[in-house]
Amino acid sequence: MKRIPWWQPTIVFGLVVALWYAIAAWYDKSKELAFVVPYPHLVLQEALTDGQFRQQLLENLLQTVVITATGLLIATVIGMSWAVLMSQARWLEHSLYPYAVILQTIPILAIVPLIGTIFGYEFTSRVIVTVMISLFPMVSNTLFGLASVDRAQWELFRLNGAGRFTTLLKLQLPAALPAIFVGLRTAAGLAVIGAIVGDQFFQRGTPGLGVLIQVSNSRLNGPGTFAAIITASLLGVVVFLLFGLLGRLVTGKWADQS
Amino acid sequence: MTADTSVLLDFRDVSMRFGDTEALTGVDLTVSRGEFVSVVGPSGCGKSTLLRIASGLEQVSGGTASTASQRIGYVFQDATLLAWRSVRRNVELLAELHHVPRAERAARAAAAIDLVGLTGFEKHLPRQLSGGMRMRTSLARSLTLDPELFLFDEPFGALDEITRERLNDELLKLFVQQNFAGLFITHSVAEAVYLSTRVLVMSGRPGTIVAGFDVPFDMPRDPDIRFTPEFAALVGQISHALREGHR
Ligand SMILES: Nc1ncnc2c1ncn2[C@@H]1O[C@H](COP(=O)(O)OP(=O)(O)O)[C@@H](O)[C@H]1O
Ligand SMILES: [Mg+2]
Repeated sequence: MKRIPWWQPTIVFGLVVALWYAIAAWYDKSKELAFVVPYPHLVLQEALTDGQFRQQLLENLLQTVVITATGLLIATVIGMSWAVLMSQARWLEHSLYPYAVILQTIPILAIVPLIGTIFGYEFTSRVIVTVMISLFPMVSNTLFGLASVDRAQWELFRLNGAGRFTTLLKLQLPAALPAIFVGLRTAAGLAVIGAIVGDQFFQRGTPGLGVLIQVSNSRLNGPGTFAAIITASLLGVVVFLLFGLLGRLVTGKWADQS
Repeated sequence: MTADTSVLLDFRDVSMRFGDTEALTGVDLTVSRGEFVSVVGPSGCGKSTLLRIASGLEQVSGGTASTASQRIGYVFQDATLLAWRSVRRNVELLAELHHVPRAERAARAAAAIDLVGLTGFEKHLPRQLSGGMRMRTSLARSLTLDPELFLFDEPFGALDEITRERLNDELLKLFVQQNFAGLFITHSVAEAVYLSTRVLVMSGRPGTIVAGFDVPFDMPRDPDIRFTPEFAALVGQISHALREGHR
């Protein structure tokens, strides 16, 4: 990844905050609906100094992190196994790949009620939504990586008597690692979204950030709503950066930088 | 001299087709112990196919191809190193695939790395090496299996002239020391003459062998033979045959 100079995004950040103040002032002064778009400093105040709210924000954040991590782990295991299976034979790929595409094109929201009826309105259903949303990039990137092996390298293994399993372990999977990490990074960002979306539909059990957003919003608590939304967005960014960094730690030494 | 000159590779009337493409036809070829045979020919005439058949990667469509040894080394045009493995671990790869015990593997790799002059670079990753060093690593990797028959598919084609000449000299040295038989594909007639005991010329597709030349220079070879009139005359003759076969 290319280094981005820090000052350019900083200027944009300043502009966004200024615009936010302008809109907040407009809601406050002209429409007298200050809670719809609260001033940035009120949001900060709510998140940092209101002890009770802060406590709740952290608890819900933790729950969202747990759901994101669980969903991502399951999506990684299922996605990689699916891709490995497809890489073993052309006919398997032809038979199974369409379903990976379909999985991605199903409007998740359309089947959410069904998931609720079958798996209940708690943890399990939220994890299922998270897995469904983040699965496709794991499948497609792993498959792409496994197939990226050079033909001559493949033949080198064949000439020296390597079987399927050895070739997978010593050639295909290592060669696929950079692509797998790209998939992981994308899937992780989507998993955060999945965890928040899951919250909005399945509100029983320990609540996550999605629940907090809805509850704050319905109570017309503008600063609380914004604080929860920003926390959720930051979680997405942190997770994306984390997996980018992990990818570079594992494959950066040998992989072509992209 | 009573050197063993048994036949290691024997092609009889070999033909090969891929669908509608006739790649090879009527190829007769033998490579015996102590021989280094080069094949020159226009691109697309089936030179790689010849090696792929010899190695067992491809089955003939007609005729017979037999090898008397299981210990076959194959050096591809590209070094085909595993990017995530160090030089040492790359060189160990083939022994590893053949289930050679760890200690033995390490010893063979160290010896092979020494033979190709890469001692001190064991911990380097392929991306840290020059093209010539990568090709040396690839050679070392094959040497760990102590091949009796060594197949080379234009291994130095992508290298610059100076690196190529240096690797030619080292390959000659290895040929004399290690006693393998070689079958070497190249685009360069001069390289073929310099390295080989025999040079074969192939025609355009469908490829077949149209001429053969014994190279009279003794082994080990003095690099300066390249500048002798005899060398130039032989290169000229072979180039001429190559042009004839092209038509
Ligand atoms: N697996 C294959 N399927 C179809 N055609 C092939 C295959 N391998 C080689 N060919 C064809 O056979 C001919 C000879 O190929 P090759 O042996 O690679 O030539 P060379 O190495 O002399 O350039 C070419 O026309 C090539 O397109
Ligand atoms: Mg070729």
